[in-house]
Amino acid sequence: MSGGKEHVEIPYQTKFGMVINLDKCTGCGACMVACMAENNVPVRYDESDKLRSITWMRVYKLTNGKPFPETDVCWLPRPCMHCEGNPAHGFSPCVSVCPAVATDYSRQTGIVSQIYTRCFGCRYCMGACPYKARYFNWWDPKWPDGMKQYLSPDVSCRMRGIVEKCSFCFHRYQRAMDKSFYQASQGGREDTRLLEEEYQTACAQACPAGAITFGDLLNPEHTVYKLIHATYKDKAFRILEKTLGTRPKVYYVSSKDWVEAAADNHTKKVAKAAPGGH
Amino acid sequence: MDITARIPQSVSRIGDALTPRFLVDADKALWPKGCERAPLWMFGMWLGPWLFLAAWGGIAAILCWGLALNQTNMNDYYGFAIWIWADLAVIALGGGAFFSGFLRYVAGKDKLKNIINYAVLIGFICYSSALLILGIDVGQPLRGWFIFWHANVHSMLTEVAFCLTCYFIVLTIEYAPLVLENRQLDRVPLFHKISHNFHEIMAVFAATGAFLSFFHQGSLGGVAGVLFGRPFAYREHIFIWPYTFFLFTWSAAAYGPCFTLLCTRIIEGITGKRLVSNDVYHLLGKIAGWMILTYFIAKTWDTVYWAMNTAPERGFHWREFYSDNAFYGVWILVVELLLGGIVPALLLVFKKTRENMFWLTVAVVLGVIGVSVNRWAMVLQVMAAPVMPFDQWALYYPSWQEVATTLLPVAYGVILISLSYRYLPVFPQERELGAGKAS
Repeated sequence: MSGGKEHVEIPYQTKFGMVINLDKCTGCGACMVACMAENNVPVRYDESDKLRSITWMRVYKLTNGKPFPETDVCWLPRPCMHCEGNPAHGFSPCVSVCPAVATDYSRQTGIVSQIYTRCFGCRYCMGACPYKARYFNWWDPKWPDGMKQYLSPDVSCRMRGIVEKCSFCFHRYQRAMDKSFYQASQGGREDTRLLEEEYQTACAQACPAGAITFGDLLNPEHTVYKLIHATYKDKAFRILEKTLGTRPKVYYVSSKDWVEAAADNHTKKVAKAAPGGH
Repeated sequence: MDITARIPQSVSRIGDALTPRFLVDADKALWPKGCERAPLWMFGMWLGPWLFLAAWGGIAAILCWGLALNQTNMNDYYGFAIWIWADLAVIALGGGAFFSGFLRYVAGKDKLKNIINYAVLIGFICYSSALLILGIDVGQPLRGWFIFWHANVHSMLTEVAFCLTCYFIVLTIEYAPLVLENRQLDRVPLFHKISHNFHEIMAVFAATGAFLSFFHQGSLGGVAGVLFGRPFAYREHIFIWPYTFFLFTWSAAAYGPCFTLLCTRIIEGITGKRLVSNDVYHLLGKIAGWMILTYFIAKTWDTVYWAMNTAPERGFHWREFYSDNAFYGVWILVVELLLGGIVPALLLVFKKTRENMFWLTVAVVLGVIGVSVNRWAMVLQVMAAPVMPFDQWALYYPSWQEVATTLLPVAYGVILISLSYRYLPVFPQERELGAGKAS
């Protein structure tokens, strides 16, 4: 909460984030499918009700709102933004409100976690998230016949009545760190800092157009760092960052001015959602 | 309007004949001394529909617990819906208990002793209902204790849970002596001494209740006000508390007594008896009027400041929150601020209208509507309004299970008030003021 003493930030060890090139995104939805498969997201018989289906990664279809022939369309993948929070108080919108500390912010990774066994389903975090990136399990998790065989043993399935969201495939980070610690202990590497290819999210790997880049935003050797600090310096933007100050760790890039303008609220709207998103 | 007088004599005779004598005697022995009550069969018929409504709500609640919250029409946009509105509304309306208690025991408004029992009873019903609703609303009710065990001190909801629970305990302590004053229970020396001694120290509990209420009413406002990701709800802060913190406390103190007065008017209408003297109505009405008037000024200032500063700083013109959708329009502001704000305030502030029972009743009804609309806006409109520029309004209507569980507390409240009125000395002035039989 704001007011009181100024917030003092603890230094990060790593800060994982994404850069999504919207010029490359074709809206194919491969990132969504990969995410669901990787993270044991349950499937409903009818997935068309997007207000109740779980899509950690959701692809929005935006339009510039102009009539033909000036109509333009952009696909915008939206994972959890893993917000750092308002600089005045240092809390991301959801973490500060959870009454039972079932969601937490890690200064080790910059990832906003969700502790499934701690969540008791009050849904306050969902109300707090401006990106609508949090999902509630309205049903017991179910998969079509045979699909249970494909569930990942590294990711716990969530029970009904709790909230879940994108974790930046945190189990992959854990696996990579286990390996890194082991190798370091055996003298196989100098330190435990992860190389870019050692930890990648499922969506980044699945994107056929290479629109999603994932890595450590603080590591100059990682592509995301280079994209933000060199290639797209001053051009990468974040959704709602200018007005709400949520400091998301997902950056977007687009050559179209109206897309960048659509990332934040202005008294004059420049883009709106179009039917057909996933 | 005496209901008993409207029943044909032939029906009364049949009812009396069908009621076993021993039940009639046992029932009569429990009535407060010197007070008349409706025949037992009539009381049973009165309770019947409410028990049916409670059973319907109970079934819906069991469905929600057993089959999960997919029984509702809530969704990922509407994580908070009609239940949370009902929760906030009953807590605001139950605010009459803490504020009347504060006025009676701390501020020394002695006249209010004639309505304080009823205010406490209504508060008890409202707060127990709120806890019941929360018990149904959370996705994993068996983990409800996590909010205390793993408490996040930064969360307004944690503050709500602690203060709400503590205040419910205080209300139980305040209600308990009234139960022990039942004619038969009071004959037990131990119970008599307990209730007597509780009355002696009630000022301590009333002060504790007022303190706790200040925080939980406020933190309920804070629940919305701290949401910096939701520009419709977000408010600037004084220290760590958003403006809504103070507005919620203020409005509960202002409108809670309105609900107490409204419930008193209703029970007087149903029983056909005068249960509270006019001077009590006038005093509580006057206090509520000035509280609403000052609240109206503060709320108007808050709304204007939000519209001129808070919303634009976050990229919104205030009208965006009241347009481009099928339901939420400027009419909400009109109902909340004018119809439910300044109108009841003026009706209660001016002696002429305040002391006219018709206008007083109109004022308290409008007040109850006004605060309920405010809570609606701070819960459901917050959820409905889009924040991302390319997102859309999401409208929602409750499922029958939600409606039934929302009506469950209403039925429970009517039943508890009916039982309390029949068997407990809720209204100290009843014998002095009235004559005539009633239900």
